[in-house]
Amino acid sequence: MNFRWITKSVIAAAALIASCAQASLEIIITEGVDSARPVAIVPFAFVGATKPNQDISQIVSADLMRSGKFNPINAMRMPQQPQNSSQFNAAVWDRTGVEAVVMGTIKEVGMDRYSISYELVDVVKAKGGVGQPMMNAAGRIVGGTNHILHASEITITGKQFRQYAHRMSDVIYEKLTGERGAFSTKIAYVLVRDRQEYRYQLVVADYDGENEQVLLRAKEPLMSPSWSPDGTKLAYVTFERKQSQIYIQDVYTARRSILTSFKGINGSPVWSPDGRKMAMTLSKDGNSEIYVMDIATKALTKVAPHRAIDVEPTWAPDGKSILFSSERGGRPQLYSVELASNQVTRVTFEGEMNLAGKYTPNGQAIVMVNRTNGQYNIARMDRTTKFMQVLTRTYLDESPSIAPNGSMIIYSTLHGSNTQVLALVSMDGRFKARLPATNGRVKSPAWSPFL
Amino acid sequence: MNLNKVLKGLLVAVPVLTLAACSSNNETDAGDANANANQPVVADQGLSDAEQLRQQLEALRQQNTIYFDFDKSDIRSEFASVLDAHAAFLRARTTISVTIEGHTDARGTPEYNIALGERRGQSVQKYLENLGVAAGQMSVVSYGEEKPVDAGNTEEAFAKNRRAVLVY
Repeated sequence: MNFRWITKSVIAAAALIASCAQASLEIIITEGVDSARPVAIVPFAFVGATKPNQDISQIVSADLMRSGKFNPINAMRMPQQPQNSSQFNAAVWDRTGVEAVVMGTIKEVGMDRYSISYELVDVVKAKGGVGQPMMNAAGRIVGGTNHILHASEITITGKQFRQYAHRMSDVIYEKLTGERGAFSTKIAYVLVRDRQEYRYQLVVADYDGENEQVLLRAKEPLMSPSWSPDGTKLAYVTFERKQSQIYIQDVYTARRSILTSFKGINGSPVWSPDGRKMAMTLSKDGNSEIYVMDIATKALTKVAPHRAIDVEPTWAPDGKSILFSSERGGRPQLYSVELASNQVTRVTFEGEMNLAGKYTPNGQAIVMVNRTNGQYNIARMDRTTKFMQVLTRTYLDESPSIAPNGSMIIYSTLHGSNTQVLALVSMDGRFKARLPATNGRVKSPAWSPFL
Repeated sequence: MNLNKVLKGLLVAVPVLTLAACSSNNETDAGDANANANQPVVADQGLSDAEQLRQQLEALRQQNTIYFDFDKSDIRSEFASVLDAHAAFLRARTTISVTIEGHTDARGTPEYNIALGERRGQSVQKYLENLGVAAGQMSVVSYGEEKPVDAGNTEEAFAKNRRAVLVY
């Protein structure tokens, strides 16, 4: 696991050298901090001469805040700033209401080599109880280590700080919620800068908007980026040749190859969970239909054909059925087709229309764009109870994409008068954030799988 | 409609000029054009075919866009004359082809709007086909909501963006 991560990070670092370090996205949290659990990320102590410019504790703090589940308290409000668990005073922390404390030290151990150690302490467990560590009169822990939820040490270079901080956030998040963290993921999106000649850009960035890497610049529209399940490639639609075509591009080498260039629509490519097939929309026979293409042989299978518009295929997590939007019942609604039997079932009935359906990673719910009273918002429907909850109140929401741990949805919306921006909403609708671009319109976000 | 008047004039000259071009390499077609003196020929009679074509295209480009109602793809009757003019030109100029671009407003999802834009383009194509234009002269490309003429988000902007554009 560690080795795999190091190899991957080396590859990533190599690919990112040429890219611009300035992020175009920033994150503004608009709702939901109040209900989050208070935690403390103590600023890490530094021992050495050359301090790296990335602040690990700040990155972790921002990650946890953006998860919508945690509210890291300000360093000014911390009763003490321990560097390790032996300096940790459970009594003073207990009074703050903070549930968990992260503390650590960064030691410079060589030329651009840093040893980072950190610990995650559960304040309630540290306070004591049956089978738990005991506090002495001074508040120090005198027995047991149950309160230390995680301890870790690693040696990395200054350049790896940001990536390692996200890995730390993944671990801390998982220890505290039982759910895998998704902080080491990326998002792909389309950036449109109207005043530039190559106004459409396909961009990949860390989930927090950092480490932006432009994969492609085009004079004509780019659409519908979709990640391969192994996170190394993107499929997308380009109009560079004044017609739609589907390409597959390697995220790390930037090499690309054409997948389809049929007459009419070549749209919404989506990789199957096993990575071997691509679902897509084609209109080569005159009407937009859902197809599945075997990527290696390019053999095409038409799925659930109908003379009405069929678009936006997406795979069920088990790869056995495809969810899509269809006008076969009048206004567009979501339908599911079982690939073995080609049997079609209508999935949504609520609202004037439902589009762009996506399964949550556990398959228990479907996220979609719902239109009710003319308003387009992101909604989630439980597949068992059929209960539908509209999660957003933003304007003209589209292109929902779900984090691989199922905690958060990223989508495109309008903010202000004309600006298309990305936004985040937690799966329960409580946490909301906006990711405005510093320059340009942003659309078609696609959250990567776990990397 | 002004455009139609101009085009009618231009179109009348077309078959004659084509014939003349076949029969001789002589650039002066004035004699042949005189045979149509009773027609309201607007174009200068001494124009070369290339110049005639340029003028025709210029006139057609002045009115190359038709607009649609929200979520609709049927041709509004007010645009019949615009499409008639394009049909007449394409019937007369069988070597010329046209791309019909379909566009939508920003409402709905980008992928659905690609399909809706294509339906608009196809409805223009069908209309022209019914007016006798050969299917092979036309192609449809849908840009959905990706290329708005007005990036605003008022009803007015949406109405301007729900369109089909005939591009030569």
